[in-house]
Amino acid sequence: MLQGPGENAGVIDLGDGEAVAFKVESHNHPSAVEPFQGAATGVGGILRDVIAMGARPVALLDGLYFGDPGHMFRRAVAGIGAYGNSVGVPTVGGETRFDPAYRENVLVNAMCVGLLPAERVTRAKARTAGHTIVLYGATTGRDGIGGASVLASQELDDESSEKRPSVQIGDPFTGKKLIEASLELVERGLVESLQDCGAAGLASSLSEMASEMGIDVHLDRVPLREPDLEPWEIMISESQERMVAVVRADMLEAVEAVCAHWELPCTRIGEVTDTGELRAFHDGEVAGSIPARLLTDECPRYEVEREPRAAEPHAWSEPTRDDPNVESKEWIFRQYDQLVGSRTVRRPGLDAAVLRLRPSLRGLAVSLQGPRLGERDPYRAGAQAVLGAALNVACAGGEPLGLTDCLNFGNPEKPEIGWELERAIEGIAEAAEALGVPVVSGNVSLYNETEGRAIPPTPVVGCVGLVPDVRYVPRGWREGDAIVAANAEGLAAEAALVRFVARVAPLLSLAHDVGDGGVEAALVEAARWSGVGAEVDVPQRARVVLACPPERVGRLGAQFEQIGEVGGTTVLGEIIG
Amino acid sequence: MTERPRIAVVVFPGSNDDRDAAWALHALGAEPVLAWHGDEELPERVAGVVLPGGFSYGDYLRCGAIARFAPALDAVRRFAADGGPVLGICNGFQILCEAGLLPGVLRPNRSLEFVCRDVRVRVERADTLLTARCTHGQNLTIPVKHGEGCWYAPDELYAELAGLDQIVLRYEDNPNGSVHDVAGVCNREGNVLGLMPHPEHAVDPLLGPADGAFILASLVDAARDRERAFV
Repeated sequence: MLQGPGENAGVIDLGDGEAVAFKVESHNHPSAVEPFQGAATGVGGILRDVIAMGARPVALLDGLYFGDPGHMFRRAVAGIGAYGNSVGVPTVGGETRFDPAYRENVLVNAMCVGLLPAERVTRAKARTAGHTIVLYGATTGRDGIGGASVLASQELDDESSEKRPSVQIGDPFTGKKLIEASLELVERGLVESLQDCGAAGLASSLSEMASEMGIDVHLDRVPLREPDLEPWEIMISESQERMVAVVRADMLEAVEAVCAHWELPCTRIGEVTDTGELRAFHDGEVAGSIPARLLTDECPRYEVEREPRAAEPHAWSEPTRDDPNVESKEWIFRQYDQLVGSRTVRRPGLDAAVLRLRPSLRGLAVSLQGPRLGERDPYRAGAQAVLGAALNVACAGGEPLGLTDCLNFGNPEKPEIGWELERAIEGIAEAAEALGVPVVSGNVSLYNETEGRAIPPTPVVGCVGLVPDVRYVPRGWREGDAIVAANAEGLAAEAALVRFVARVAPLLSLAHDVGDGGVEAALVEAARWSGVGAEVDVPQRARVVLACPPERVGRLGAQFEQIGEVGGTTVLGEIIG
Repeated sequence: MTERPRIAVVVFPGSNDDRDAAWALHALGAEPVLAWHGDEELPERVAGVVLPGGFSYGDYLRCGAIARFAPALDAVRRFAADGGPVLGICNGFQILCEAGLLPGVLRPNRSLEFVCRDVRVRVERADTLLTARCTHGQNLTIPVKHGEGCWYAPDELYAELAGLDQIVLRYEDNPNGSVHDVAGVCNREGNVLGLMPHPEHAVDPLLGPADGAFILASLVDAARDRERAFV
């Protein structure tokens, strides 16, 4: 692990001089109010987090939780496509769930994965007094003022639609130029540190950068989209597509030349000091001043009250085949560019996608997964999300290396929600420990409530794994293959199953984890993905179904019950192809 | 004489598949060079040009409507008028139509949705510079990924183009509703080709179908021939 929690994204060493940066983040409240821009700017925001680490974004994944696949959902999908497709980063996976529990509080979680040389991890914190603070990218306006506070940190109600002006508007074209300019700055070693301007705007990014030193910022120098912004508005505007860099004096001209090449405004707005203060000036007068650490490491903390809720039975029902949760999701990911970057070895549709680490034959398997639909126990929800995401990566031939989590919960000021959070975190931590895999980054989204009704505990977990040789990624079962099933119950057994599947994946033609729909649905999905049917006796319980040529079953190194054979044009009465 | 012919990939702000095109051209034996949209001349010794996929200048207006004014486009026009091979892929096809180098226009997909999937296209002409490696009637599997790929021409123009044999590729399974299933057209001289499918995303067999190599290798051959003719 090269970078754990506390920076813009976590970074893990892949060996051979390469590293991967990744993080998942929520954009739930803006998406509930305006799904297209909410989802689009969610994608833009997570991209900038990964760029701030000095990494080139190579994949996006989305966790979408909606009441139904209606208008709101379609607008969110269109927004994700509008941003991701335009900036040239492929969307390769994720998860979509429909449940009436999310009707009023939709969840849009976006994950970004980026690649960088292992020795070039860029960080946000300023370290030397005298260096210049440079703001580059879009101009600053009144859009998104209070996005983080007005929207994200309150419950939704009847008046929420009036908060539409608090939703930021995405500009993917500027976003694309920002990606290319930032990578050029990092690759040429022109910047000391980088930070994206996200929630709470300059106020938040500058305080994070200043926490170990101090920063003086001159707000009158910030290029504005409209005249007469008040200093406080400039400080907290959430105008999108902006980055802040710390630059050495002798590099300033080179930095400005790079931004000019990409036709991006670039302004010296302040300097690093050793005062420990974040001071904001406007026309030479101090408009505000605060010890920077009070906004970061030493911010006020409060103890969340926790009170266990009476055990609730899970709310899942036996899914039918025409349940939108079980039906193919192809109509969704067909709207996303899955290929740009020329790395996509395994496209979305089953478990995890695989990206080739060109020019080598190694690959990255990536997945994003929440708990079982209808799960109401927060501990189990957390553990399920971790094990599910890791098993998805293993099914695509990847050895899980790192996790990132997004905790979507109700109002934490309520003791039972505080308890839910605590239990979910324990579930995530214990499952990660059982796997021996670190959680390197994450995000919380709280106050997902409408008129006092909270969403179910929904921890969503992203997993990144290393594929030793992409030529042996399971791509689909073939005529004559044997189908076997494996089960595992309990943390230790499921973690062992993940390791086993990752190890034997090169021998397999297919591995697929059993999801909400049960074993039958998993077999139908596997057959659709492969384009070949099968004859099977459905076992009562299974966590994963595997397929390989019959002569290889013995080499898997464990005892399996063969449950069927691949062949024909149907499976369990469904016509394939 | 260099072994690898130089092929320019013109980069606009908002180009996305520029590096992909350069990578595929290199894999197929060319020396790709990235050319910037603001440059008035193509790089030296360039013997072929690719206008890559993406969203030039954001394409908030009609796709390609701004890119056609780029200084580099004047250089591409001169290069094409001189008989040089020019390939426009997706956004590149849109730009060539907007610039008047190719006939027709590209409208939003009939579905009004972006579409990303493999499609099969039939080669209607294997005698152009940019399809010389193909055979007439050959089916190629190549991915599309676009929101505005529905090629359109009014009936009279279409009849004229069909009569002059300028329809080079047709979809077997039309993903966007283009008239007469048109997937790619060329200019009258046959040295400028535009297509919506992405041949640069169908070169590495580890990433899926590899039929795009037939078209890109034709471009590399044409560039090599042009380079030889000038030496």
